[in-house]
Amino acid sequence: MSATAPAAEQTEATSTELAIETSGLTKKFGQQVAVNGIDLAVPRGAVFGFLGPNGSGKTTTIRVILGLAAATSGSMRVLGRGVPAGLDDALPRVGALIEGPAFYPFLSGADNLRRLDAADRHANPATRDDRVAAALDRVGLAHAARKKARAYSLGMKQRLGIAAALLTPRELLVLDEPTNGLDPQGTREVRSLIRSVAAEGTTVFVSSHLLAEVEQICTHAAIMSVGSLVAQGSLADLRGSGQTVVRVTTPDGEGAVAQLRHLGLDAASVAPPRGAGRDLDVAAVEAPLSGDDPAPEDIVAALVAAGVRVRGFDVEQPSLEDRFVALTGEGFDVAR
Amino acid sequence: MPGEKSRTHGGALLVSELRVLFRRRRTWAMLAALASIPVLMAVVVRLSAEPPGPGEGPPFLDQVTNNGMFVAVTALVLTTPLFLPLTVAVVSGDAIAGEASLGTLRYLLVAPAGRVRLLVVKYASAVAFCLAASGTVLLTGWAIGAALFGTGEATLLSGDTIGVGDAVVRSLLVGAHVTICMLGLAAVGLFISTLTDAGVGAMAAVAVLTIVAQVLGQLDQLAWLHPWLFTHHWLAFADLLREPIVWTSFMQNALLQAAYVAFFGALAYGRFSTKDVLS
Repeated sequence: MSATAPAAEQTEATSTELAIETSGLTKKFGQQVAVNGIDLAVPRGAVFGFLGPNGSGKTTTIRVILGLAAATSGSMRVLGRGVPAGLDDALPRVGALIEGPAFYPFLSGADNLRRLDAADRHANPATRDDRVAAALDRVGLAHAARKKARAYSLGMKQRLGIAAALLTPRELLVLDEPTNGLDPQGTREVRSLIRSVAAEGTTVFVSSHLLAEVEQICTHAAIMSVGSLVAQGSLADLRGSGQTVVRVTTPDGEGAVAQLRHLGLDAASVAPPRGAGRDLDVAAVEAPLSGDDPAPEDIVAALVAAGVRVRGFDVEQPSLEDRFVALTGEGFDVAR
Repeated sequence: MPGEKSRTHGGALLVSELRVLFRRRRTWAMLAALASIPVLMAVVVRLSAEPPGPGEGPPFLDQVTNNGMFVAVTALVLTTPLFLPLTVAVVSGDAIAGEASLGTLRYLLVAPAGRVRLLVVKYASAVAFCLAASGTVLLTGWAIGAALFGTGEATLLSGDTIGVGDAVVRSLLVGAHVTICMLGLAAVGLFISTLTDAGVGAMAAVAVLTIVAQVLGQLDQLAWLHPWLFTHHWLAFADLLREPIVWTSFMQNALLQAAYVAFFGALAYGRFSTKDVLS
């Protein structure tokens, strides 16, 4: 680890800072506003999910943060260095997978990694072959090291891209849709890879439109919608700002509403859950539950005591998905 | 930052770039095609019943039968207007645009390769290709010429006769002139390559420019423009085959090419250092 000693000293000096920090970051392409004044704050050590539907400006944000495109306005810092002025110092400590992997089809997987490693002037050529082999091994491509990249499957290319991001010890890993094109097995491998990288203290910034993925591995998340940042925080915070809801399934809909209102809850009939038997003539009643309301089990007891026949009772914790859909809209409507 | 920890390895990218260039099948196909020109020419002349008379065919062709070394010179004359610049157009036009269309440009830049460093390395590798291309024509020309016609005395344009050693030196000079001719074109190609993400488009544009410049060079009405065309001195190596050597056009060409390299190098820098890489 002696090779990374200077980086470690810098980390100490800037440990209280954020790994990525943007302020009013805006990117316009002509008249079109791709990223609209976002203030990102990615804490060091976090696994940070960057969520949003396709076309919401995630990749553009990543390109601007990494200096591939210039911001129209706003300022940003990566690993404590201003962008773009300090990028030469920050980028060697950043590994990135941006909008899909890309390789020279006529070079082998290992040669592709050697090429990218040679582009980083801080990477030591003496250890290059070892680091390439280790990176390939880490993503499970050791057996395909000598195979030409054009013969790689999409999933293998994706892994090779992640291997490129892991060529040297990194302080920040930026992964744009890392599980694209991977089968379920590959998706799980990537998740465990992200966990192991994070366990070494690397900050991981992972963009995705797949909520389940983010919910499983992330400590923090931000949600983009049509170029704007609509929510940001720890996963608990994001979930917590949604409402817990009690849901009663009953043949006595009106009685249930009346009884819940009697308990001080803002109850309302809703459409019965699909498949729960419209033919059985049941109604569904929902009411938001807050801290000073009766405990759920007391609500059931009260309903039953009042002669309401309870067929089902649920306490629904808000999921990240509800929050996501509430903020970005439902369905496959791609932003713009 | 003193000490070994901060040591950088800036030359690694150039080594890697040359390796990528000379490991591509495309590069070897182009060099093989270039090598076929002197071979074809020498074989045709050897097989024909009568040796070419003075002033017949391409310049110096009549000298070929006297001294095989002149195969190299004649082949350079033949390839300079079109064949050689086409290959340089492919390499220089593809320099940045090719990386962009593969998508590897974004990964090189976040490595970080550094935009200026990448541009310099790309130009250096284009120069290496120019050297390899004219060197290929020269070496195959020598080899096939010596094999088919032997190495005798040769007559220069000034009427003087020179020996084998001098003939090698003269053909080397012509090779150097042709290489220098390609340097300006390579700089133009590099600039065009920063304008687009389509490698093929950039290559075609550079090739078209080469032809347009030579057509403009044929129009007497544009005589004022001629000294500024990068193709102006391309075939002006006759002075290198006189005794004594007249260096005027060689030096004028070198200056003109240097000006093209400076101008288009600056344009490429201006464009690439601020370009949004969205490929």
